[in-house]
Order: sequence, then structure tokens, then C-alpha cells
Amino acid sequence: MSMNNQGRPTDIRNTDSAVPETVTGNRGLQIEEPLIFEQDSAGRCGVDLQEVPAVASRLGAVKPRARVGLPGLAEPQVVRHYTRLSQKNYAIDTGLYPLGSCTMKHNPRLNEKMARLPGFSDVHPLQPESTVQGALELMAELGRWLTTLTGMAAVTLAPAAGAHGEMCGIMAIRSAHDAKGDTGRTKILVPESAHGTNPATAAACGYTVEAIPATEDGRVDLEALTAKLGPDVAGLMLTNPNTCGLFERDIITIAKAVHDAGAYFYCDGANFNAIVGRVRPADLGIDVMHINLHKTFSTPHGGGGPGSGPVVFAESLAPYVPVPYVVQEKDGAFRLVEHAGDGPAFGRMKAFHGQMGMFVRALSYMMSHGADGLWQVASDAVLNANYVLASLKDVMTPSFEGPCMHECLFDDRFLKGTGVTTLDIAKALIDEGFHPMTMYFPLVVHGALLIEPTETESKAGLDQFITALRALAERAKSGDVAYFQGAPRLTPRRRLDETAAARKPILRWTPAVQAEKVAAE
Amino acid sequence: MRYLPLTEADRRSMLAAIRASSVDDLFRDVPKAARLPGPIEGLPNHMGELEVERALSAMAGKNLPAGSVPSFLGAGSYRHHVPATVDHLVQRGEFLTAYTPYQPEVSQGTLQVLFEFQTQVSLLTGMDVANASMYDGATSCAEAVMMANRVTRRKKAILSGGLHPHYRDTTTTDARFIGFEAVVMPAAPKGGEDLAAQIDGDTSCVVVQNPDVFGHVRDYTELGQICAAKGALLIVVVTEAVSLGLLTPPGEMGADIVAAEGQSLGNALNFGGPYVGLFAVKEKLVRQMPGRLCGQTVDADGRRGFVLTLSTREQHIRREKATSNICTNSGLCALAFSIHLSLLGEEGFTQLARLNHAKAVQLADKLAAVKGVEVVTDSFFNEFTVKLPKPATQVVEELAERGILAGVPASRLFAGELEDLLIVAATETNTESDMDAYAKALAEVLS
Amino acid sequence: MTIKYTKDHEWVRVEGDIGTVGVSEHAQHQLGDVVFVELPDVGRQLSQGKEAAVVESVKAASEVFAPVSGEVVEVNHELEGEPARVNTGAETEGWFFKLRLSNPAELDALMDEAAYKAYVEGLA
Repeated sequence: MSMNNQGRPTDIRNTDSAVPETVTGNRGLQIEEPLIFEQDSAGRCGVDLQEVPAVASRLGAVKPRARVGLPGLAEPQVVRHYTRLSQKNYAIDTGLYPLGSCTMKHNPRLNEKMARLPGFSDVHPLQPESTVQGALELMAELGRWLTTLTGMAAVTLAPAAGAHGEMCGIMAIRSAHDAKGDTGRTKILVPESAHGTNPATAAACGYTVEAIPATEDGRVDLEALTAKLGPDVAGLMLTNPNTCGLFERDIITIAKAVHDAGAYFYCDGANFNAIVGRVRPADLGIDVMHINLHKTFSTPHGGGGPGSGPVVFAESLAPYVPVPYVVQEKDGAFRLVEHAGDGPAFGRMKAFHGQMGMFVRALSYMMSHGADGLWQVASDAVLNANYVLASLKDVMTPSFEGPCMHECLFDDRFLKGTGVTTLDIAKALIDEGFHPMTMYFPLVVHGALLIEPTETESKAGLDQFITALRALAERAKSGDVAYFQGAPRLTPRRRLDETAAARKPILRWTPAVQAEKVAAE
Repeated sequence: MRYLPLTEADRRSMLAAIRASSVDDLFRDVPKAARLPGPIEGLPNHMGELEVERALSAMAGKNLPAGSVPSFLGAGSYRHHVPATVDHLVQRGEFLTAYTPYQPEVSQGTLQVLFEFQTQVSLLTGMDVANASMYDGATSCAEAVMMANRVTRRKKAILSGGLHPHYRDTTTTDARFIGFEAVVMPAAPKGGEDLAAQIDGDTSCVVVQNPDVFGHVRDYTELGQICAAKGALLIVVVTEAVSLGLLTPPGEMGADIVAAEGQSLGNALNFGGPYVGLFAVKEKLVRQMPGRLCGQTVDADGRRGFVLTLSTREQHIRREKATSNICTNSGLCALAFSIHLSLLGEEGFTQLARLNHAKAVQLADKLAAVKGVEVVTDSFFNEFTVKLPKPATQVVEELAERGILAGVPASRLFAGELEDLLIVAATETNTESDMDAYAKALAEVLS
Repeated sequence: MTIKYTKDHEWVRVEGDIGTVGVSEHAQHQLGDVVFVELPDVGRQLSQGKEAAVVESVKAASEVFAPVSGEVVEVNHELEGEPARVNTGAETEGWFFKLRLSNPAELDALMDEAAYKAYVEGLA
């Protein structure tokens, strides 16, 4: 034979597996990426612009500014910077987010493609209406899906996020009472288990907030509620299913009591995923409800936003919507009503017409699922959560008797005496490759762990999550506190000093700050 | 159904583990009367991608994209060229589908972006500190007023007649429900307001816009000094972020708070949303700022890292006593803004601004040469107002029929007023032939 | 100079008609790292049991109630730059404010050191 000595050896045996210290601080694919300001090179630019034509300045008395102080980079460096940063992020695309009340379901890419059609993305909000009939039609169609799914009479697409939608709902309630001259209603009732935005919104609108306690079985205390209902109550803000993941069985009785007292029933729609397509909020007696398109209807969280919080109204509150809203004329043409005038519409909540980019995505999602698909969404969401509950209830402590709806709640009783906290469990879960569940919320139980898998998780995925959590629960009970307190160890950064960040806030880069940091090290 | 991974076999096995007979059993707490017997009527069943694309493309096809014709619309939303890189990067799943960075160990990507964004916004506005973004410029403006009320413990805001009416109305809606006074100055297309005269011992702030909704640019340094002397805050609104590449920034004019719209950088027109509100303040006001804040710190190994901080201002902790009820920021839009600005850098951003100004000057000269047209704004950045001999709404319709998107009639924003005024913007996306086509068509329509 | 405690874990140390107020050692331990303190303005009138100040840790904001009624005469500005003093010296250098008592009889309703110690042990 002829011996060919070219080529490289492929023997994988040998070598230790100790993690080496590298010169750069980088660890293989994980790069220590500096701030963009630390990569400046004067004169570099990642964009080629036309020459500026010579014209006489029309800035009048305003002087041109001095340097802005921005760093200059070429395109390849910018691409690397952001790509490397993205690699330090957990995302739905990489793994499960069992976050209760967040509904972190899969974000379909079809929705992204539809939102980027030039007919939707390259349209100015103030173009003549004759040139944007398709956009107005889409808004009307989305509104129709929302009112049909909820059984409600009217809808506004204006609010930019869930909390903004809550604000809208409370403003509508205020407007309705004001229109009747009923100005003595100064209170809003809110369950103790409510999300912080509920009391914050009510208080912002000038109401006093009264908390309603929960019963032993995690629902709103009907007796306590009825005792507080009176002519001074403007409304009740309830989440259903509630933040403990339970359906408020007495909801129809609650609605009647609220209405009998002359008040309105606001529903926080954050947990709509549990019942979408299977139950209509109007049939439960709800007067007004916000919907989070970025929860139930899959629009992407984008690292914190943008969201979209349309609000649906029953007949009783239908006149009190904000502007703008879409109407369809007899000849079929769509028109945008932008000014409230003397009508009951209570005013404007933001510039332009709402989060159109999210409307396209949400409608694409709705059309993809259809009525039958949405039925299945709620069914699978509830099934998945109950499966998790049933699989963990022997090693962790469920706060309430099952069944749950789309999320299940545990508390930290199972950690009693171990020295391990809910926070420690969460940090250890990170090393196992999972984003933690919602922690310390709702406040009605101690050390809450609220798990919402959503319908887009496979059984195999859930089994892996369950296996990890079971093992961590056992490990905590075995007394291995040090393991938990040092977690996470395998992430781009370990636990961060939030106390220092709050005591001496450094909220931006400045050349001086960086010099000081280096000196302190 | 392509997004639902559970099979019938899975469901059976899971029901067995739960010891439930059926999924319906799990819904037993829902009152019988409210349980629907089957999928909701009135809505179609599921559709494949092909069918969805067809339906939505048909709707999109009924709209006229601004880029397909000469287009000169501004008034708070501006058509700029966004480099291809931006959209590719924001669509990386680790950015697009990431949650709010409450677990910093696995969110350093998002957090470092926010830290850089906050720095960029501070630099552009000339202010000390900026937050991680708000919903949009209008809600930023309203939040700025409410912050001024908290800081000064006063309750009266003066809103300039040059403030975008959508921003004005967002603020007055809050004034009505949250309980403060907003004094709305009359529309001021030619300037000439005496805002200083309006300030008294009850005034928490004066809100001006630069460039204003009519395009006018001014120096507010003197007004800032008067505000300071009387214990009121100066709030400067900026709806065209690119203007910050050329004009003296609000921070150098004495602004206490800057509330701005960042859409111009990185974000398409999108028929009005989602956009990105910018919010920047002087150092001493930082704890009264609404919205999320990202701060620098170290981890357990002593390495630099980033976390959300000063959270105790926010709704999830202070509940009734929060500085604002805001929960989300405009994360992905802020990322797009940041990437675009990183690509531009010092040279590109300042050149872009000068280019926008030059385009507007060229356009103003061409339009002024058309018989019957008067340019009302003497000093401007990339937007100005023209006075027409016919109602602007009518002119705009006739020009649209001729394939020109001519601008925003002032009466669209100021209901029932200023019917002869048209607000016109020019950006780097407008060519000289666009402008000539506009002038020619305008001459025809006015003859 | 006697020190008195409230059920809400505030303390007041009275000298003449001036009381110095802070939160107890137990409170600081429960709060965790203090990151910020919001103090009342000098001249403000406080009522017993009503909110006087706010103490913030990273994850929570807690109200500090006035143990007795009176007018604020001095606040501890050191806490602005060094909120950690509440943790390191809760009952000494971590004092919040001083007030001029308007109704010294209110002190009778508060617990002395021994009673407070027993009370805290009972809470565990």
C-alpha cells in the first residue's frame, strides 16, 4: 500500500477536562463582549450615506451641536457585537419559560413575515384614509375576533400594553360613573392576590384601593367582598382564572353582587389562555377586560416589549372607549374616528392608532389557529399545567387542591428547615437549563412558585422539566444548602450584586466611570 | 395543528397521570352556563400558512406603501432608511423571543443592550440619565408631566401650542383622570407664544416641543432659566430623534426632562406602532423616573454585569405607591434603535442629520416657488409648514390621486382648525426627482 | 434615656422633648440590604401610627410609621449616601429622624426593651 500521511488525527481520547483560564477571558463560544462604547474607532461608520448637498442653513438661532460622543464601528463589528450579546440570552426559542401569568408560548415566524409585508410596515399612520383601507380593515377584523372570542359588544385597540389596558378600563369605568353623576364612588376593590399593576392603576386614577382576602381554597372571599360592596365602590378588578391558577367558581354570583351595588366588573385578562375559545368572559358577567396580545396571542416579548393591550367592553361600557377607533361606513369603506368631540369617548391614550405591528401578528396567530385551534390551545394549556401539578405534588407543596387551570401554584413549605429558599431553587434550575418559574408571586402564599407551561410545550419537554425539579427538591431536602446558594455556576454571569446596583446606581457608561471601576478592581 | 405538540396518545397518558377522565373534567369549576359546547361560532377553523398569507396579503395589498411613491409625511412618524442588518439582528430568536430580564444571569444580552441604549439616549439628549424606554413619545410626555408634578408637588402643567396634539391629548386624558391641571395653549403655527407669562406658583412644568409639530426649531435656554427661577421644570419633547444629530440638545438648553420618540431610528412606520418612547432626566431626579432602569454591577466572581435596578419605584413592588403603572418597556424597538445608532456612529448620525436638514431646505425652496404656496416656518430641521390657498385636506387627496403623499394637513391633528396649513417632512429617503414631482403636481392642483 | 419600641418594629429614644426614631435590629435583619431611605421633610407634622418614612431594600419597600406624634426637627442626611447604616447600626447611627413630641403620653402605649424582645421571640 502507499502510506498517505496527509490529514489530521481524529483520536478523541486523552486530555483532562479541567476548564482552563484563557488569555482573552472568552470561553469557547461564550465571548466576553465589551460595551459598544469601548470599541470606538474615530471615523468608522457602518452606513454609507449620500453626500450632504450644500445649502444655506435654516436652523435660525439654534446652534448646531458639538460632538454627540457616539462610538464608530463598521458593519461586521456591529453584527458581531449584537450576535455575541444574543448568545447570552435565554429565550422561548431555546427553552421552556414556566412563568406563571406570563404565557410564554411559541412565537410563530409566520407572524413576523406578515408584519413585515410592506403594505403593513411601510405605511404612515397619517396617510389619507383612502390609501390605508387594508390597515383599517385589519384592525376591524382583529377587533371582530376579540369581541367574538369574549362575547363583548365593543373593543379598543389603542392601549400599548396590559397595564395601559387596565388604565383604559378604569378610565372607562370612571367615565361611566361620571356620566351618571355618580361621583361618590371612590373605591376600587382588588383581591390580595392581584398583580401589582391592578392597585397601581386604580390608585393612579384617584381611587382608594381596598384589598379583598382569599379563602382557604384560594378563591376570592365572597362574604368579605359582599361586605365591602356599597354605594362608594366604583368597581371590582379581578383576574380569572386568578393568580393562583384557579377558576373563580363564584364568578357569576360575584358579577351579580357587583352589578347590584351599581359598580362595574373589570377582569384582568392576563390568564385568558386558560379559557380562550372555550369560555366567553361576557357569559361570566364581566363588563370590561384587557387582553395581552403578547401573552394569549403569541406576539413576541422582545426582551421586555413592545406589548399590546386591547380592551373589550360589554354594552354597559361600550360608549366609553378612547379614540381613535375604526368604523365601517354603509358603502363598506373604513374610517378612523380620531377626535372625541362632545361624545362619550374619553380621550386619547397614546399617539396614533395602536400597536399595529402587534395587531398583524396577533391576527395571523388567530387565523392560523381558528376557533377549533383556540379551543385546543386552552385545553392543552390546562392539561399541561395539571400534568405538572400531578407530577410534582408529592415532592413539592401545592398551595391548593387541584385541579388547576393553565398554571399551578406551589409554596415553600416543602423547603422548611432545609435552609434553601424559593430563590435558591430558581437559581439552581437555571443551571439545569430552564428559566425559573414566577417566584414570590402571588403574595398570598409564602415563597410562591407559580408554573405555567403553556400549550406549546411537548410532553417530553415537560417530563424533562419535572425530572429536574424533582431532583432539586430532593437535593434541597437532603440538606445540600451550599449547592443552592452558589447557583447558578454555568451561566455567562453568576448571581449579580443587586444591592450595590441599587445603592450606587450606575445607569450609563461614561469614560470616567470606567476608569474608576478599573481603579477599584 | 402545527403549533401544538401534544398528540392524542400524549393527552391520554397525561390524563391518566392526573387521574382525570377528560380535559372537560379539568374545567369543572367553570359554571355550566358559561361552558361552550364546542368551538366558538362566527370564526373560521384553523388555516395553513398558505391560506393565512393569502388573506393577509390581500389586506396589505389595499394599502399604499409610503416607499412606493414620493412621500413627505412626518408629524411624529418619520420614514428613514433602516439598514438591512437591523432587522436581521432583531429577529434573532434570543432577542425576539426573550422575556423581560428579571433573571439577569441568563439575560446579559438584553441587559447590556439596555445599558448601551440608556447611554445612547443620554448622549443624544444631552441629559444625565435615561430609562430603558417607554411605550411611545406621547406616553413619555404624559409621564414626564406626572413626574414633574411629583417632584415639585404642584399640579399645573403648561402645554405649548407647538406640542403635537396626540401628545397634548394623551396628557390631558391623564390630567382628567389622574387629577392635575393641563393648561393648553392655542395652536401656534407661527410661534410667538409667551409661555413664561403663564408660569406661576402652581406650575409644575412647561412642556415644549423642539422641533415643534409645525417644524419650528427654537432655543429654549431662556425659558429654562425662567422655569428654574420659578420652581417649575422644563420638559422638552422631541418627536424626530434624528434632529438630535444636528440641533443643540435639550440637555444643553436646560431641560429637566426630555420625553421623545425614538421611532426614526431602527423602526419602520408600521402605521403608528409599535414605537419607542425615550425618557431622560437630570441626575438628581433619577429616583422619580418611571419605567425600567438597567444598572451596572458585578457578579459573584467579580465580573462586570448588568441588572434591572431601582425596581422599588415600579408597580410590582410599590403597588399603589408606584411612580407609574407601566410594566413593559418597548424592548425590541429599543434594540432596533440601538443597533441602527451603533451602525451610524458619530460620523453617520451627524451626517444623517445634516442630510435631512439639507433635503428639507431644498424641498422648502422648491415648494415656495410654486404660485400660491407660502412656507410659514422660518427656521426648521427636516419638517416645515406651508400655507395653501385651498384646504390642505383637499390638496392632499388630489395629490394622492396623482401618486404623491404630500404631507399631513394640520387640521387632521388640530380638529376643525388651521385648514389651510400642510405639515411637510423630507428625509434622506427623498430624491430630487421626488421633490420635483411634488412641486409639479402641487402646481397643477393649485392652478 | 429610655428606648421604646412599637409592634411595627420602630424605636424611639427620648431626651427631653426630642425623640430620635429608627427601625429595630430585628427589622433590619428582616429587610435585608437597605438600598434607599425616603425621609420626611423637616417641619412635617407626624401622627402616631401613620407613615413617616419609607425604607427600601432591593425587592421591597416598607413603610416606617411614626411611633409618636410630633414635628420633624432633623433628619439623618447620612442615610442618603450610606443607606447601609440602617443595616450596620439600626439602633445607633442608622437613625432616621428626630421629632419634637407633641404628646409624650403616647409613649406609655409602647413596649420597653424587654417587652419588645419577648414580642419578637413570640413572632418567630
